[in-house]
Amino acid sequence: MMDGTKRDHARFRQIIRGRIKQDLKKYIQHSEMFGRKGKDTVTIPMPQIDIPRFRFGSNQGGVGQGDGDAGDPVPGQGDPQDGQPGEGKQAGKDGGEHGLEVEFTLEELAEILAEELELPKIEPRGQKTLKSKVDKYTSIASQGSNSLRHFKRTFKEALKRQISTGTYNPDKPVIVPIKKDMRYRSWKSDVKHENSAVIIYMMDVSGSMGDEQKEIVRTEAFWINTWLRSQYKGVETRYIIHDATAKEVDEETFFRTKESGGTLISSAYKLCEQIINQDYAPSDWNIYPFHFSDGDNWSTEDTKACIELMKSSLLQKVNAFCYGQVDSRYGSGQFYKDLMEEFGSNDESVILSRIENKDGILASIKDFLGKGK
Amino acid sequence: MRSTNLPPELAKLRDQIRGYAEGFGLDCFETIFEMVPPDAINSLAAQEGFPVRYPHWRFGMNYDQYSKGYEWGMQKIYEMVINTNPSYAYLMSSNSHVDQKTVMAHVYGHVDFFKNNIWFSKTNRKMLDAMANHAVRIRHYMDEYGQDTVESFIDLCLSIDNLIDPNLPFLEPKKSQTTAAPQQQDIGRLKSERSYMDKYINPPEFVEAQKKKIAEQAKQSQKFPAQPERDVMLFLMENAPLNDWQHDVLRMIRDETYYFIPQMQTKIMNEGWASYWHSEIMTKKALNADEIIDFADHHAGVLAMQPGRVNPYKVGVELFRDIEDRWNRGRFGKEYEECSDLRQRENWDRKLGKGREKIFEVRKVCNDITFIDEYLTPEFVDRFQLYTYEYNKRTGRHEIVDREFSSVKEKLLNSLTNQGRPDISVVDGNYLNRGEILLSHKHLGMDLDLKYARETMRSIFLISTRPVHIETTVEGRKKVYSYSEKHEFTTNE
Repeated sequence: MMDGTKRDHARFRQIIRGRIKQDLKKYIQHSEMFGRKGKDTVTIPMPQIDIPRFRFGSNQGGVGQGDGDAGDPVPGQGDPQDGQPGEGKQAGKDGGEHGLEVEFTLEELAEILAEELELPKIEPRGQKTLKSKVDKYTSIASQGSNSLRHFKRTFKEALKRQISTGTYNPDKPVIVPIKKDMRYRSWKSDVKHENSAVIIYMMDVSGSMGDEQKEIVRTEAFWINTWLRSQYKGVETRYIIHDATAKEVDEETFFRTKESGGTLISSAYKLCEQIINQDYAPSDWNIYPFHFSDGDNWSTEDTKACIELMKSSLLQKVNAFCYGQVDSRYGSGQFYKDLMEEFGSNDESVILSRIENKDGILASIKDFLGKGK
Repeated sequence: MRSTNLPPELAKLRDQIRGYAEGFGLDCFETIFEMVPPDAINSLAAQEGFPVRYPHWRFGMNYDQYSKGYEWGMQKIYEMVINTNPSYAYLMSSNSHVDQKTVMAHVYGHVDFFKNNIWFSKTNRKMLDAMANHAVRIRHYMDEYGQDTVESFIDLCLSIDNLIDPNLPFLEPKKSQTTAAPQQQDIGRLKSERSYMDKYINPPEFVEAQKKKIAEQAKQSQKFPAQPERDVMLFLMENAPLNDWQHDVLRMIRDETYYFIPQMQTKIMNEGWASYWHSEIMTKKALNADEIIDFADHHAGVLAMQPGRVNPYKVGVELFRDIEDRWNRGRFGKEYEECSDLRQRENWDRKLGKGREKIFEVRKVCNDITFIDEYLTPEFVDRFQLYTYEYNKRTGRHEIVDREFSSVKEKLLNSLTNQGRPDISVVDGNYLNRGEILLSHKHLGMDLDLKYARETMRSIFLISTRPVHIETTVEGRKKVYSYSEKHEFTTNE
């Protein structure tokens, strides 16, 4: 990239970023507009940053070419993107057709989120068990490729050799390295220990959770993942769905499944505990269970059982236990009230959030992530 | 910037192609080809062909789009050439030899057009230097006043960079407005029967005050600007309360805009002319037998007509060929026009052989409007299946209206008038006697986009610091829209 372009491109990105931050709420609500590109990159519909000029309204007529009778639609409508193959370009005023998307890495996205919501950085707990290896060229080797040869070290070696063998003449300091003197830059593997984390998503998939509710959960999960991934090196995710019984599923099933049974929340919490006991030693892992439901539970006994389980086991193992209640037409919202009564809003390790509708997503994300847990 | 990095075999090809071009009668500036990697082509295209531009985010945005288009294989910029003397053109290093040859031939077509078309005659042929100087000056202002401040002001200037007068370079320099000798006017003396009473009835103070009042009225009634001013940028340069640096920035952006105007005025012709010559040179001279398929493929891509769209390359080149054919066979003039025998018309051939000569003349004097107006024929519209379309509110889509020659021609000309932009001028720089600005939109059947109009008027307001009004017609009704200090966009209804 030419220097000027690099500068202008950075500036352009900065402006886009500012615009996204400004309209973060809109972007968060419509995360479904995001495209995925590779593992760490999303594409986002580009905010309108046109320079305004006087122009004619759209829907003006024009001249076209091809077959068709009067009254036939003009082909190619609603698809202004397809460029002409092999189109030449004269140095001129008309800039490129504005594409619709810009790319962002998840890391940048997390940064924007953090800046706008003023999210605190997480103080990780547990030992640094995750090992990551980085190769750095900080070492010297006696073998290597010529492009890596280290002149200074090579001549130093040669000088040493010549002095020790008496072939060095200070009056006529000529140093000739031989093959044995050659030194090359080489790499050293750096092992870093990192904190690791696991997010365990639980969701009520009984009949009362509708598509809108699930969409909200999906959006929340996307942003929670984005944020936690920016804070930990290796983040694992596990998914549990439940109605009256709970089972572990993969991500896709998690968001797609719809059951019609009743709701026993404790079933999910038990499974969650089981997964933690099996795979995630609290001393090594930062553990984040997230549970989403519409607040209905089968019986007060089961709610009691849930609270009991949380107090006796779960809360000691996790960084924070997060419960998000997505209001629906059918849900009573009782579970949120029960938890609130039990733990209050200031409990260290239980974070409760109510999400009334799509507008509430941003606030809810702040609820969950704003405590720096 | 000598063509140092053109490999010898390409340099040889270049000399060869230039020889062919000159053999056909093309008359080009010296042309310097630069070999650049694809990414640099995108950078250069983003900067409208110039290697050095002032810092601005839109170049970055353009680059973003071009590089993605390239990466995804949707678009590829084959050729770029700058209208300067000597001319600079870029060759993409990843292209095949046959592509490079085609591009060179195409470029020589453009350069001949730049040099000889009358509409280019007033452009600054040292624009490379001018652009670089602008960059230096704007960077300097950014250092001094802050990048955000200067960049926002550039945004405002760009917002009005289509409000200029395309004919200005061809007009006589404005004569200074000579105010006609003030007529002896009755200054409103009160009538006095007896002359000795006069100095009591009309005391000197009163006479003075009356004179002053009249002078002031005369000044107000004098129109300002005297003629509607299409060059709104110039009007603001002369009348808006700008700092020195703002004045300079506005001037630079205006200069750059004027430089690009002829290219917008001759898009169809310029591309048509270059395509005509690359195919002449390649098929008749430069092509090796083993290159024919690749050339045909590339050539067909450039000239492809997509259903529903008019490709300026195609229309341009075909119209040139049509003119050549008509003048070769003498299919023009009174006798031909009045011939009503279809078969006779079809086989009309006077063996004039004036085609070549004619198209060279056309490339010298026409712009897109006169090109279409003068040389589009019913037979051409028919042959290329051109039609007009309109938006149908009921179905919410664009639909074909008809294939009448007159309406196709009218629509085409309409879309080319004022480079397809609204024709807007300042009609009163002291509107309502409050120093406000009244613009007028010459309505030619198409309404303004009001959302954009609002934002553009905001820009003018921020530059001029006075409320801005515009007369226009919306859905058949005359209206005046205003943008005022309260940042409100209002209409007179």
